[in-house]
Amino acid sequence: MSTRTVLHDADISRALTRISHEILESNKGAQDLVILGIPTRGVTLARRLATQVAQVSGSPVPVGALDVTMYRDDLHRHPTRAPQPTDIPPGGIDGKTVVLVDDVLFSGRSIRAALDALQDIGRPAIVRLAILVDRGHRELPIRPDFVGKNLPSARDERVFVRLTEVDGTEEVAIES
Amino acid sequence: MRHLLDTKTLAREDALRILDVAEDMADTQQREVKKLPTLRGKTVVNLFFEDSTRTRISFEAAAKRLSADVINFSAKGSSVSKGESLQDTAQTLQAMAADAVVIRHSASGAPRTLATSGWISAGVVNAGDGTHEHPTQALLDAFTIRKRRYGADSRGRDLTGMRVTIVGDILHSRVARSNVWLLHTLGAEVALVAPPTLVPQDVSAWPVRVGYDLDEAVGEGPDALMMLRIQLERMNASYFPNEREYSRRWGLDPERFAALPQSTMVMHPGPMNRGLEICAEAADSPRSTVLDQVTNGVSVRMAALYLLLAGERPAPGADDDAQKEDAR
Repeated sequence: MSTRTVLHDADISRALTRISHEILESNKGAQDLVILGIPTRGVTLARRLATQVAQVSGSPVPVGALDVTMYRDDLHRHPTRAPQPTDIPPGGIDGKTVVLVDDVLFSGRSIRAALDALQDIGRPAIVRLAILVDRGHRELPIRPDFVGKNLPSARDERVFVRLTEVDGTEEVAIES
Repeated sequence: MRHLLDTKTLAREDALRILDVAEDMADTQQREVKKLPTLRGKTVVNLFFEDSTRTRISFEAAAKRLSADVINFSAKGSSVSKGESLQDTAQTLQAMAADAVVIRHSASGAPRTLATSGWISAGVVNAGDGTHEHPTQALLDAFTIRKRRYGADSRGRDLTGMRVTIVGDILHSRVARSNVWLLHTLGAEVALVAPPTLVPQDVSAWPVRVGYDLDEAVGEGPDALMMLRIQLERMNASYFPNEREYSRRWGLDPERFAALPQSTMVMHPGPMNRGLEICAEAADSPRSTVLDQVTNGVSVRMAALYLLLAGERPAPGADDDAQKEDAR
């Protein structure tokens, strides 16, 4: 078993800067943007993106967390997961452009669950998906709009995203 | 967690887990769409051998908000009134593939019998058994105390340093028993106040202080004052001379309520006998948590059903050593 670091802290920060510019470009500014992270590390990434988007555009961007645990389709296959808090910014998501943020995109099932969760909270005008690492192996017709890094991987390899706020270190590693 | 049978053997981590998941459930209940798809396809049977309105509808609401199918079974007008045994009823439910059974029974220990007998593979939730325990009530009380004290900052906290006084018919109260164990596990100091006739014979093994004077207890200014219902249906052995006498000495009347500090919350598990154990001024004041307790009850029961049913089911018997016999 070997572990290889594929993104260092500078790479992660560059990827996030690029994504924040891409978000602003595709949305033509920061109006009606809401950035929602999927716990745990998606929330950290969402906060960083929101800070950068706000810096570049000059106006604050609402940021929050969207827990998808209760909407997963694989709950009965694992020991019970503890749900994480969902935190929707005060303005809500109705009619907004919601950017979902997660650390790794793999099967696409978390995002499917996130879309269901969003539907119970409100009706966004547009939903986009920002991902730090896309490792392939999709099981559902879901694709990201903003990608930090495409990381071809074998199905049995494991990808770890470690962020300072959560893990104390900053890297993306692949274990095979 | 396989079953929720009592709070006496409930570990602190498990209790906090239920309370924290209940926080998330409570958040979802603020939304326009309150229903979650989590338990789609699961069947929850409410097996009620004793009358109950609020506990049953609370469990029913909790199961339905999680998209489970709910079957209500009350003993009245059922095969039980024709003499069917608990075993046969249980095996019938097993044959119908129930995933969880919420049971209320007049016999203490009936839920444990159901859970450990091997008659069913479903998760069992005790919704009140005899004078033994009513764990979800204690959990919702603890949730309510925590929420009132810490608000949005409640997650992960226990009740260390909180002083809770439980007043009334301790002898017959499963709510009091469940609360004593749970609140103690969570670090609260529990005091009981009751007429001497309504205190169990030997409470020396309970982690509580026992007093007989409500005015004294009010003077101590507890963080929460929990008034229990005088269960008139159980008052068959002259535990006190009459209702007026009880009310004068152990009821929360307007004078005692006025003497309580502003920070004391007044709790009651319901249904209330207004004018007997609690006056209308106290019951309807902003310091009363009665309606919060009802709301929180749904969230706590959602959390319990979620933790019991959503994950992978451990094989039956896998945690049998957790089912220790009641030694105390």
